[in-house]
Amino acid sequence: MSKPFVSLELRREPSQLMLFAAPVIALVLTLVAGLVLFELIGKPPFRAMYLIFVEPLTTYRGLAELLLKSTPLILIGIGLSFGFRAGIWNIGAEGQFIVGALCGGAVALAFHPGGGWWLLPLMMLAGAAGGMAWASIPALLRTRFRTNEILVSLMLVYVADLLLRWAVTGPLKDPQSFNFPESKLFQKAAQMPLLLPQSRAHIGFLVALLVAAVAFVLMSRHMAGYQLRVLGEAPRAARFAGFSEKRIVWLSFLTSGGLAGLAGLFEAAGPVGQLVPALPSGYGFAAIIVAFLGRLRPFGIVLAGLLLGLTAIGGESAQVSLSLPSATTAVFQGMLLFFVLAADVLVNYRVKFARGGPGARSATGS
Amino acid sequence: MDLAFAIVAGLIVAATPLVFAALGELVVEKSGVLNLGVEGMMIIGAIAGFAAKLAFDSYVLGFAAAMMAGAAMAGLFGVLVLFFLSNQVATGLALTLFGLGVSALVGQGYSGKTAGAFPRLDGVGLPGLDVICLIAIGLAFGVAWWLGKTRSGLILRAVGENHDAAHAIGYPVRLVRFLALLFGGAMAGAGGAYLSLVQTPFWAEKMTAGRGWIALALVVFAAWMPLRVLAGALLFGGITILQLHSQAFGLKIDAQLLSMLPYLATIAVLVAISREGAGRRRVQPQSLGKPFYAAT
Repeated sequence: MSKPFVSLELRREPSQLMLFAAPVIALVLTLVAGLVLFELIGKPPFRAMYLIFVEPLTTYRGLAELLLKSTPLILIGIGLSFGFRAGIWNIGAEGQFIVGALCGGAVALAFHPGGGWWLLPLMMLAGAAGGMAWASIPALLRTRFRTNEILVSLMLVYVADLLLRWAVTGPLKDPQSFNFPESKLFQKAAQMPLLLPQSRAHIGFLVALLVAAVAFVLMSRHMAGYQLRVLGEAPRAARFAGFSEKRIVWLSFLTSGGLAGLAGLFEAAGPVGQLVPALPSGYGFAAIIVAFLGRLRPFGIVLAGLLLGLTAIGGESAQVSLSLPSATTAVFQGMLLFFVLAADVLVNYRVKFARGGPGARSATGS
Repeated sequence: MDLAFAIVAGLIVAATPLVFAALGELVVEKSGVLNLGVEGMMIIGAIAGFAAKLAFDSYVLGFAAAMMAGAAMAGLFGVLVLFFLSNQVATGLALTLFGLGVSALVGQGYSGKTAGAFPRLDGVGLPGLDVICLIAIGLAFGVAWWLGKTRSGLILRAVGENHDAAHAIGYPVRLVRFLALLFGGAMAGAGGAYLSLVQTPFWAEKMTAGRGWIALALVVFAAWMPLRVLAGALLFGGITILQLHSQAFGLKIDAQLLSMLPYLATIAVLVAISREGAGRRRVQPQSLGKPFYAAT
């Protein structure tokens, strides 16, 4: 077999430089690919890039929206990173987000139109508990029967979505809404306090930052974080050390489910202000990108959440001013995740060019 | 009698997209790769097939375009996973997110259009069925024969069971896996095109509605055996039929709750299968999902 032109050489230990450089490389490649994409669909590429990445940062409204959009992404991304580091795949955060919103929202509607200072904390508890309960289904099935948690958590996204639709056309429907499937608007006491006046940004962002700080301490200073990392990187070693895999599965799912549920409640009690079928807007899936882009590390996830929030808002304003289709943002985010995953190879492997030069190239490379 | 036949025909039609996608993924997993992007490849197949059918007014070209588009998506996955050694779970998810985005972008102009009625086999005594259904059933037998009885099928299984040993013997592990992935992508694309060209037949965003994920579950359910995929897909077809005709049976359940059935059934089936015992882990290809890195 001829020697490949480019080959990979396993590094003795992960490159610290590449750990930070790889996401940046991925971002640059995404920008280049984005320019090509916009050129292809006949939109001015540089103008589109400016609208997506710069323009939102120049206005008060844009900055406030950035905090609003990045809140659920950071919360869910942090939660997911726990399991992902241990090789436990909760990809149903979108479902846990929905059930969290549903449970928290139901508490608000139960006390409608009353309630005091205690209502919002109660809703937050209900939201987190709802997300945890939904996440405990795949956790239970995985620990009891070794059922694949990826497929179960994902199937439950569809079930949760239908559950929300059922609730707002049935038991939680606003009797005055005629035929619209929606709940009553939440009362004042059930709405998230604003962080910035004259905007939609609410204090959930501060909660997200707090969660990131706590996650950092847990991950780097606490035994639980250590066990998660060992289980992900060296499962055999984890077994020899006597770490309970079941405990770690439960820990991962309850953390990610609880945070996704909380994020869902924030969305319902924040910008949306009621329960509607359109409440889930893909944060649970986008947060997977956030977790990987942030290298599964709390502060990385905060930055990645802000970046993805930026593309979401920028994407919206580009939709309006360049009449871009709404799916452009999704395509963009998908590309970003591809590049992030591909660039990851640089952390553990060194790229080597064969001395033979291009003449020695082989088609299959193996 | 006619009613019974209509129900069976409906069941087969509902099962066909799952048969295609699950058989493709089965071959991929037999080669040791886990591609979670089936949903993304199916939806890309659905829009590519639909667009090509409208452009060229040919079902053959429609299905060909869908299979090529699905294979192209799988090729992208293959490059990332096999050559950039990226995480298979995360890359598969990325493929699904990307596929849903691209299909929505491309499909904007096609909402509300119809592909026309696909010719049925009413004339030859198989009312309600079509030639693609029969191809799907034949494909299950074909894949079973190919994996079990041919040399190339054996090589594919060897690569999936132990890629280091296969590599040491001199089999091109990455090439085998790449070809398996292309086949899987083409089949997922065909399954998607069946949805948008034959079953519905129109284009709608997110129209695959989780069928790609159900196909993944079917592979586990079938214990990586092609003929059991056929049985499993028919079971799911039955659930879909039950859901559609529940009013006729006199069931009074809210539509939303009834629509949960296929997803809940998938979970139930997965649990039943994993309860079956530890034997399951011997059935699964031993190198499934593990990255292959050859130092040479």
